[in-house]
Amino acid sequence: MSEELELWITAELAEKIREHGVDTYPYECCGALLGTDLDILAFDPNENSRKISREVLSLFPLVNRRDDSPRNRFAVTADDVREAEKAASAQGLEVIGWYHSHPDHPARPSDFDRDHAWPWYSYIIVSVHTGVPQDMTSWRLKDDRSGYLEEKILPMKVSAAN
Amino acid sequence: MSVKVMIPTPLRVYAGKRDSANFTAATVGEALSGLTTQFAELRRHLYTEDGKLRAFVNVYLNDEDIRYLRQENTPTKDGDTISIIPSIAGGSAENRN
Repeated sequence: MSEELELWITAELAEKIREHGVDTYPYECCGALLGTDLDILAFDPNENSRKISREVLSLFPLVNRRDDSPRNRFAVTADDVREAEKAASAQGLEVIGWYHSHPDHPARPSDFDRDHAWPWYSYIIVSVHTGVPQDMTSWRLKDDRSGYLEEKILPMKVSAAN
Repeated sequence: MSVKVMIPTPLRVYAGKRDSANFTAATVGEALSGLTTQFAELRRHLYTEDGKLRAFVNVYLNDEDIRYLRQENTPTKDGDTISIIPSIAGGSAENRN
């Protein structure tokens, strides 16, 4: 059984993440991804594959608490996590993951990221090179903590108001 | 005594999607041991290989962080709630400040 992980996000929210990374450059930015976990969206028995999808519907930008080393580290405290969960709940959403920037570094998770990651959450990383946003990627920790699975970031269109 | 352990969202996938579970336990450590015995796949995400709670795992007895109590030896009483709250950390690997 192969799995394809998908993270849907509007161009507007993706741009806000990039802007946050630019605003805090050369320091790392961080924030919560609020949205809905759609779990298994499609199953194709012929190809023996399934798609596991979630949607980012709002952001909860946070302050990087690592003031000792903000260029290459970020931290979100337990109190921040609770605030993000409250904000998500007030919008009928849940915290489905986190974003942070890698100033002057590729948008790939580091060993430090992996050592500190939780399973299930989506981790968006945006690379910001000399103050200009570059690649944006998303990752989920493997169940055995041995590494990450890359999640495909897909452009979600805003539905027209009724 | 029966205590309730609240399971954080990222770990519910290993606990049959439950958000809490009840255990008979005299200490916070016993309750967490009950949790990781019943849901064994949780263990590697809460504890390091040498059996210590991971640094980004925060455990509260009711509203008190157990780091300021007696950590995992903190005694529990009937009806207590233990919450596991994540903190989030990471960053690029390069070591430059």
